[in-house]
Amino acid sequence: MNIIVCAKQVVDVAEIKVDSSTKKPILVGVPQKISDMDKNALEEAIKSKEKHGGKITILTVGAPDAKERMKELLAMGADEGVLISPPEHADYYVIAHLLAGAIQKIGNYDIIFCGEASIDMFSGQMGPRIAGLLNIPQITYAQQVTVEQNKVVAERNLGEKAVTIESPFPVLITVTKESNQPRLPSLMAILASSSKPIHEWAVTDVTKEALVPKVQTTDLKGIPMERKNLIYQDDLDRSVGKLVDELVKVGVLR
Amino acid sequence: MVLVYSDDKKLTLELLNKGSELAKELHKKVIAVTIGHEEHAVEYLEHGADLVIIVETSQPQFKAEEYTSILQNIMKEHHSEIVLIGSNKNGKELAARLAAKIDAGCVTDCTKIYFHEKKLTTERIVYSGNAIAVEQFTAPPQIITIPSKVFNPLPKNPHHRGVTIKKKIDGEHSPSKILKVQEMKSEGVNVEDAQIIVSCGRGFKKKEDIKLVSELADVLKGRTVGCSRPIAADLKWLSEDHWIGLSGHKVKPKLYVACGISGQIQHIAGMRDSGVIVAINKDPEALIFKSADYGIVGDLYEILPKLTSAIKGKLG
Repeated sequence: MNIIVCAKQVVDVAEIKVDSSTKKPILVGVPQKISDMDKNALEEAIKSKEKHGGKITILTVGAPDAKERMKELLAMGADEGVLISPPEHADYYVIAHLLAGAIQKIGNYDIIFCGEASIDMFSGQMGPRIAGLLNIPQITYAQQVTVEQNKVVAERNLGEKAVTIESPFPVLITVTKESNQPRLPSLMAILASSSKPIHEWAVTDVTKEALVPKVQTTDLKGIPMERKNLIYQDDLDRSVGKLVDELVKVGVLR
Repeated sequence: MVLVYSDDKKLTLELLNKGSELAKELHKKVIAVTIGHEEHAVEYLEHGADLVIIVETSQPQFKAEEYTSILQNIMKEHHSEIVLIGSNKNGKELAARLAAKIDAGCVTDCTKIYFHEKKLTTERIVYSGNAIAVEQFTAPPQIITIPSKVFNPLPKNPHHRGVTIKKKIDGEHSPSKILKVQEMKSEGVNVEDAQIIVSCGRGFKKKEDIKLVSELADVLKGRTVGCSRPIAADLKWLSEDHWIGLSGHKVKPKLYVACGISGQIQHIAGMRDSGVIVAINKDPEALIFKSADYGIVGDLYEILPKLTSAIKGKLG
């Protein structure tokens, strides 16, 4: 079984600080990591491989330093990686073409796993876009995945209802954070991963088209969060009393 | 043309408001599409649609592959430069697949949409609620998804003139098969409309203890209990209709009380528009206090009963 996992290197959103005067996020110097749900995607791939055998290829579009993060995924259980360096200007349209182009170049695939969205931009576009370009079925927001010999059954979590879908191969599946608990690699696996290859491909290796973005980001604005921040930490009875008085004063208790 | 589609009727009515505004600026018409729900057509006309296309199909159940191809079919016939799609999970996967099929730009979960220097411009929240990305389309067709409650429907106008047409369309056939559709466990809670919400997070040690939160919600006459991701998604102590956050529900009550919630940005993103925010947490460094108007540092097991009885005393 040939499985491809798309993984993105992102800034760790939990570590983002906000500039107190402009309210804009400070993105420089924020630690990078593999987006959380992409690790869930890999975990699902590893479970399939353990059951049916096969090969797992990690596909990343990103800066050269993404290689370091991809090694973690190889240590978790992927067999090899492909890193594509992006053009200067890119949007979802451009990146989806690069990923789909790379998948076509790899050629032989049964399942493509992606995270439901990346934790930085959270648009959830990449999975469905790749499936659309490859013209294969997609199952998004899967919270439970069962891979069988020649088909997959997955349950989509739509909030108010759950839809169970079965699809033959090839199929693209995006998984939620609840789908599984990604494993932590052992020390042995980390050491062994250094011998697994990460191929570096250029844009021209995966597409002949000159890709011009359809959407440009023109600004990143801060979000003003004006709150009173009155925090009581003395005697609990007194704190509760002060809080209730304030709530009455601002008119939310009636 | 501006094309509007959602499998959710209420959301379609909301999209029609923005859709007709954009259409007016372009001197174009706004088209609402319903797949299989003829009964919605009149309401769509009364809320701004110039044309309602009722798609009659042998594919009544949503599959992204098939519905993408149905919309593509309509776009080809009614040249559409802007497509607005409701941002639920089906809508988001549909919008992105459609964008790929027609090589279009797509922006999801937009909260503002306007023309700037004649270019269609959108705003959406990124970096887990830490910033707003302003994005601009460079060329049509332009696909945008909009979450529920961003826009209100236009007031009903029974005199609004519009046309209804029926069309038989079957999309390309998908090899996937829907095996089962199951209603999720729901307690019938509607946090999005609640005026007062008391929420719980990981600070609670066991499921039974959540009654401390519902007791407070009761005396506040809000009676609405919310929660953060772990309580609904991981521990499943409450059904997902209680879940407030980036992937859960977005709420804007007059009063929001966060109990034992650390204040991960994903949670803040769901409640930041609340009127007054109160936080109770034992960790004085908890992020939630930065987003709160009032806070008490201490053990929620001691504070909540005290607060409940103090408010009961005040309100009589």
